[in-house]
Amino acid sequence: MMEILEGSHAVAEAVKRCRPQVIAAYPITPQTHIVEALASMVADCELDADYICVESEFSALSACLGASAAGSRVYSATTSQGLALMFEVCFNVAGMRQPIVMTIANRAMGAPLNIWNDQQDSISLRDAGWMQFYAEDNQEASDLHYIAYKVAEDHDVLLPAMVCFDGFILTHTYEPVDIPTQEEIDAFLPPYNPVNILDAKNPMSLGMYATPDYYMEFRYEIEEAMKRSRKIFAEVGAEFGETFGRDYSGMVEGYRLDDADTAFVAMGSICGTVKDAIDEMREDGKKVGLLKIRSFRPFPSEEVKASLAGVSKVAVLDKNISLGQKGAVALEVKDALYGTGTEVLDYIIALGGRDVRKRDVRAVADLAEKGIGDRFYGLRTEVL
Amino acid sequence: MEQESELFECGHRACGGCGPALAARLILKGTGPNTIVVASTGCMEVFSTPYPETAWGVPWIHSLFENAAAVASGIESSLKKQGRDEHVVCICGDGATFDIGVLCISGAFERGHDITYICYDNEAYMNTGIQRSGATPYDANTTTTPAGKCSTGNPRPKKDLPAILAAHGASYVATASMAYPNDLIRKVQRAVNTPGSNYIQVHAPCCTGWGFDGSQTIKVGRLAVETGLWVNYEMADGEVEHVRKVANRKPVEEYLEAQKRFRHLFRPQRNEEEIAKIQAIADHNAMAFGVDRK
Ligand SMILES: Cc1ncc(C[n+]2csc(CCOP(=O)(O)OP(=O)(O)O)c2C)c(N)n1
Ligand code: SF4
Repeated sequence: MMEILEGSHAVAEAVKRCRPQVIAAYPITPQTHIVEALASMVADCELDADYICVESEFSALSACLGASAAGSRVYSATTSQGLALMFEVCFNVAGMRQPIVMTIANRAMGAPLNIWNDQQDSISLRDAGWMQFYAEDNQEASDLHYIAYKVAEDHDVLLPAMVCFDGFILTHTYEPVDIPTQEEIDAFLPPYNPVNILDAKNPMSLGMYATPDYYMEFRYEIEEAMKRSRKIFAEVGAEFGETFGRDYSGMVEGYRLDDADTAFVAMGSICGTVKDAIDEMREDGKKVGLLKIRSFRPFPSEEVKASLAGVSKVAVLDKNISLGQKGAVALEVKDALYGTGTEVLDYIIALGGRDVRKRDVRAVADLAEKGIGDRFYGLRTEVL
Repeated sequence: MEQESELFECGHRACGGCGPALAARLILKGTGPNTIVVASTGCMEVFSTPYPETAWGVPWIHSLFENAAAVASGIESSLKKQGRDEHVVCICGDGATFDIGVLCISGAFERGHDITYICYDNEAYMNTGIQRSGATPYDANTTTTPAGKCSTGNPRPKKDLPAILAAHGASYVATASMAYPNDLIRKVQRAVNTPGSNYIQVHAPCCTGWGFDGSQTIKVGRLAVETGLWVNYEMADGEVEHVRKVANRKPVEEYLEAQKRFRHLFRPQRNEEEIAKIQAIADHNAMAFGVDRK
């Protein structure tokens, strides 16, 4: 049913329909509305979950790990400093192959303290063994939760997933969102069927220590599971499309790319602005398009290469920076396009919530046309 | 005691005479098989679970050094949701418990999760090579509080964690020693059968870290109690009950001299002043808990 919902509530409604049995979360702006909404659903018996009011994000994810290891479907949400506090546990969750789904309401990392949006937080955890999906709008943000659980819990995957959507820009924005019924989601997402769990009737040890004789093999298996998740994502995304009419079979999505000379590459809500700017530029006769990245981990290198085969210039809009190098998305795209001769220009943009308008996207296109890239876009040089 | 098959099996790689290994075996006799154990990073985790082997005959999980209580909170919550009734028991070192894990323990106890948290107290970080923790006793020589020309070892007394957790509203708090097996087993049984968050701190001498022969573990454990430096007691709803009495309390020297970690108090010459301070700690314990059998 179509409803006008705040992004956070659209996500909470989706999470509710995924029927998590244990929720452990700690409030932090701009994630707060999600966990407050879930707490009310539990309080009103609309959602039959145990809601653990933990004392920190560190304990939130630790409790999720325990709950998942004991056989329950679990949920958490966080952002920025909260995600940083979970760093250690994130690696453990992936290493123990627990299919936890966590929403990231993307926000800048301090210092300086900043509550607004960029994607530095989740990007900084890209190597932890979690799948990372990025949403363009609130419809996608809520839909990706059903898909994330189904992919994460697939026995060929068994990896945790972050569903990332831009703080404030999406979390606090009201949009029409179609929320499937509980019955529809129950049919799409069966109850969690765990593989190895803590159970006194069948004792096993989890999270043991492994010497150099075994450690590498564990890491290899995680990597293999990541690779398998591509196919599962495509299948689950397609199934979702057949059932609900919104197709997510692609880990990337092209917009007016077919005859484009210059392609933007971006993730998250900025894609909407880029699409509008592209429409304007097309009217001016410029052959521009967009490749939206929906899954950053696993990174769809082959799809990126195939989608950008016809373009001569790529302008990546990175809402993050790997300090001392470039933006993280640009590095991935360069890797995917290695050997093709396509020029990849990187623009660090909109850090800490700075607004991006259509004219900024057009300005980036002009810079790219001149071959000027690999820089922060829109720096206020007068305050430097 | 009825002989049953061991839930903590032989075949682990602890030092011969390891107090914590003995404590683990006794703890599981108290919990029984219907138990899920949550461990912290430390000596016990390493000696009992080198992949692909495990010494644990009950389900066991280790996540990190500092989050056992939070992981246990999630497990308990998950079991409740599924209508299962296993005991959830943390078995963690003193470093994990007194220092880095306090936030998670405080949170779990404040929320009142139905878990039993057991600290095997070997009074230092043994896994990383004998560094002090908040449980290290006054004047002990550790690698981060070495005795030297102007140091007599660890400058601080043990943190009173049982009191801190009792103040959290723990249903049941107890101290025990692996040198008194039946007492330890009984306390574990009581803890796992008491609803709410319960805490047991088990004195568990470490022959390697403390510097004594592995054949002397029980003797050293008993000397701690017999001198009054360790008191075995129980607390229910914040009140102390059942203190193990000691007749003719021994001077602390007997305990100190048995261990290399206190050797600097005796060689090259006796440090009367410091030994007197440690005797005062024992005397204070005896007074506070009514240890002396008159
Ligand atoms: C966050 C973190 N910091 C430090 C360590 C290193 N470390 C592992 S075990 C340990 C000490 C464990 O001491 P304790 O809990 O007393 O157990 P014991 O080894 O004495 O049995 C330390 C410092 C770690 N694993 N994680
Ligand atoms: S170092 Fe101490 S705690 Fe570790 S195995 Fe040896 S005796 Fe046990």
